[in-house]
Amino acid sequence: MRYISNTPAQQREMLGVIGADSIEQLLIRIPAKARLSRPLAVPAAMAETDLVRHLRALAGQNANADDYACFLGGGSYDHAIPSPINHLISRGEFFTAYTPYQPEASQGTLRSIFEYQTMMAELTGMDVANASLYDGASSLAEAALMAHSVTGRDGIVLSRGVNPLYRQVVETYGEGPALRITSASLGDGATDPDALRRAVSETTAAVVVQHPNFFGCLEDVRGASGIAHAAGALVIVVADPVNLGLLAPPGALGADIVVGEGQGLGVPMSFGGPNLGVFAAKQELVRRMPGRLVGATVDLDGRRGFVLTLQTREQHIRREKATSNICTNVALCALMATIYVAILGKRGLRKVGELSTAKAHYAAAQFAAIPGVRLRFAAPFFKEFTLELPKTPDRVVKRLAREKILAGVPLKSFDRQYRNCLLVAVTEKRTREEIDAYAAALAAALA
Amino acid sequence: MPAAARAAYDKLIFELSSPGRFAYSLPACDVPEADPAALLPAEHLRATPAELPEVSEVDVIRHYSRLSQMNYGVDTNFYPLGSCTMKYNPKINEDMARLPGFLRLHPLASEAMSQGALQLMFELSQDLAEISGMDEVSLQPAAGAQGELAGVLMIRAYHLARGERRQKVLIPNSAHGTNPATTALAGFSVQELKSDDNGEVDLADLERHLDETVAAFMITQPNTLGLFESRIHQITELCHAKGVQVYMDGANFNAILGITRPGDLGFDVCHFNLHKTFTTPHGGGGPGAGPVGIKSHLAPFLPVPVVARKDGDKGYALDWSRPQSIGKLQAFWGNFGMLVRAYTYIRTMGPDGLRAVSDNAVLNANYVLTRLQADYDRATPGPCMHECVLSARRQKKLGVSAMDIAKRLLDLGFYAPTTYFPLIIEEALMIEPTETESCETLDQFCDAMIQIAREAESDPRRVLDAPLTTPVRRLDQTLAARQPRLRWTAG
Repeated sequence: MRYISNTPAQQREMLGVIGADSIEQLLIRIPAKARLSRPLAVPAAMAETDLVRHLRALAGQNANADDYACFLGGGSYDHAIPSPINHLISRGEFFTAYTPYQPEASQGTLRSIFEYQTMMAELTGMDVANASLYDGASSLAEAALMAHSVTGRDGIVLSRGVNPLYRQVVETYGEGPALRITSASLGDGATDPDALRRAVSETTAAVVVQHPNFFGCLEDVRGASGIAHAAGALVIVVADPVNLGLLAPPGALGADIVVGEGQGLGVPMSFGGPNLGVFAAKQELVRRMPGRLVGATVDLDGRRGFVLTLQTREQHIRREKATSNICTNVALCALMATIYVAILGKRGLRKVGELSTAKAHYAAAQFAAIPGVRLRFAAPFFKEFTLELPKTPDRVVKRLAREKILAGVPLKSFDRQYRNCLLVAVTEKRTREEIDAYAAALAAALA
Repeated sequence: MPAAARAAYDKLIFELSSPGRFAYSLPACDVPEADPAALLPAEHLRATPAELPEVSEVDVIRHYSRLSQMNYGVDTNFYPLGSCTMKYNPKINEDMARLPGFLRLHPLASEAMSQGALQLMFELSQDLAEISGMDEVSLQPAAGAQGELAGVLMIRAYHLARGERRQKVLIPNSAHGTNPATTALAGFSVQELKSDDNGEVDLADLERHLDETVAAFMITQPNTLGLFESRIHQITELCHAKGVQVYMDGANFNAILGITRPGDLGFDVCHFNLHKTFTTPHGGGGPGAGPVGIKSHLAPFLPVPVVARKDGDKGYALDWSRPQSIGKLQAFWGNFGMLVRAYTYIRTMGPDGLRAVSDNAVLNANYVLTRLQADYDRATPGPCMHECVLSARRQKKLGVSAMDIAKRLLDLGFYAPTTYFPLIIEEALMIEPTETESCETLDQFCDAMIQIAREAESDPRRVLDAPLTTPVRRLDQTLAARQPRLRWTAG
């Protein structure tokens, strides 16, 4: 049997050592009525060649970003992934290790997480980052819970610019502690400061803004922070760290907690998971943080070493009093991000931001010049923008797909008022040729 | 690489940095306006560059290759970590997860453009439903703890929909920490239950606590002592008589594939850890995947969207129409890359293969238990399931703790068993060999364990000083916690 090492002869020998006649005898504690009396009705075992053929056929039905020019965003982005990442993370010593509970035999993982924490803290402008949570949305939910426990208040004010899928996750996590989740509406693409002021009160635990927001627009994070802090609330900023080589770090704009989706940092899109939940906060909040933390220390000989630390926050020690229930996180995705940031480095990450924004602005200008097409919002944007078309974009999306272009995310299903809108993301990977082809196809589709 | 040479490497990527060095390759700017200052308001731009490394590609490759050599993994070492199912992770799974149609598929690609991915998810959820005897399975939870959260929230929604405000969840004192942590997160209080001498649920204590204030009973089957809860039908019937839902923590599913099914035992909810039973790699702590299975009375509350097959052979869809859903758990549809791996594994094994997995996991655990029972105290009598729990209380009297034994094993080339869990066993050593290990490997491991037991008697210093061959020796945990240094700083 594949992946089972013992031969039938060895199985018999082992049973002999145990003093049992059969494996059945080892299962005596399972009562007869509990036993499944038939084989499982799952498909028969497939040989590797057949299985590969079958899975290639399934994979072949999907529009992948190698064959299509991908202008989809909304929380997952087609940024370039440098080749060394896959080679390094595939090393079995990283890939097949467990959570580094035995630090002496896990220094590789621990060191890389320590590097990751440093990079994320630096990019977000915060004091500390944890070792990762599941994804951007669950990181935001954990941040809301943390703000609730730190402030003792139960109100969470979410800007309408926060990804609506993230809002749904905050609502799910907010069910247990009965968080009251309210909204602050947008002005012309960015959060309306008056609406935010009206939404915030002395029961507000945290104000959440996404920057750039779901629609691609840049937010006045400093202004939002002022409003939140005046009411004694914390400020949670949702930010994509791949943008933070160029954009000002939220920590410098008043954020108390920065969360975000780190997928853009070298993690494949993979139909939306696994992703990388980034979570960073100010020093004074560190003992309330969810998730694992790696700290530097020394060994018996005084040599530098690394361990999981401040574990009294965590479920395996504190059980029902833990700051979160998280156990498994996404360490391997954090390793991808660490290697990505190491490769891009100080200048490269900034260049990714520069190229993305330059190409996005070129694309927006080309598309908005097509009769009937306009930018939905006036607020400045970064690498993603919202187009309004003269009709619902479904047909346009289908038409452009025939030209091997994934045109963007139709916003109809997120909010009826944006039923004619298309969210378009442009990363450094997109070429002028692809953008021009998009513009031509869009003009033709609307003509 | 010799231990001494390994130990000599003590760099962080930041310490390799040299101004002006770089590893990236980026496309030229082929559009007219490239200056961000002309495109974005100045206040949005970073005033000073982020302090990130400047290194070459060779630096990166060598650094992370060296770091990897400081780890033990299943690919390099036997990893008998109880409760974690550190089995071999097949390489074909990796090839399949990396097919461009899976790896480079955007989650918001239209339904028509992602039919193959949706079909895979639908079929996997069907397979898991069959394996567990549950009616429906959601693949969305990102890991076991999130599967627990989804399950407990569905139970909460179920009671509320019936107009019942139940506040408590019962959990045995042998449970994983995630169970009480999840329960608290979902807004319930936790009532801890006693275990009997076998580590099984204390039925009298259970009955004493069962009433209309209890929402759920959450247990691990087989339990964390590696024993099958033999009175499981009685337990689920007692619970159901009081309207209490029964949750199975599926961390130990590797013991029961094709032997018994949670759904047939009366469980209402169970989660799976695809990174345990279904061979997706642990990756140094994740990502995993924690699908959750439920009986049909909980189906209205499943997380949205549900992957569904459309009527009339029209393909597959993400179905958002569940008005009573508990909502979403992560932004997208699940840890899809892990789902591809688990699907590949299930199709590789087939029904007979899956059954052989559990048979051999049980055989291997009992073999280890038998070989070690003269030198270590057993936690319980009789055969175990897929893992066994020993106690080092005998060694402790000689001044050698479970932790010391774990550290000494590292020197002898093995990762350590889980120590000090379950909490109800003094000096616990929890050993899960898994079915993928050979008799020869188990013998080497048992020989090492017996050697350590002898050393505890004759030469305890040897055990107490361990490990000596790892890149670092024992680390000062107290210093790390008292003066947390959680990021690198220059100088």
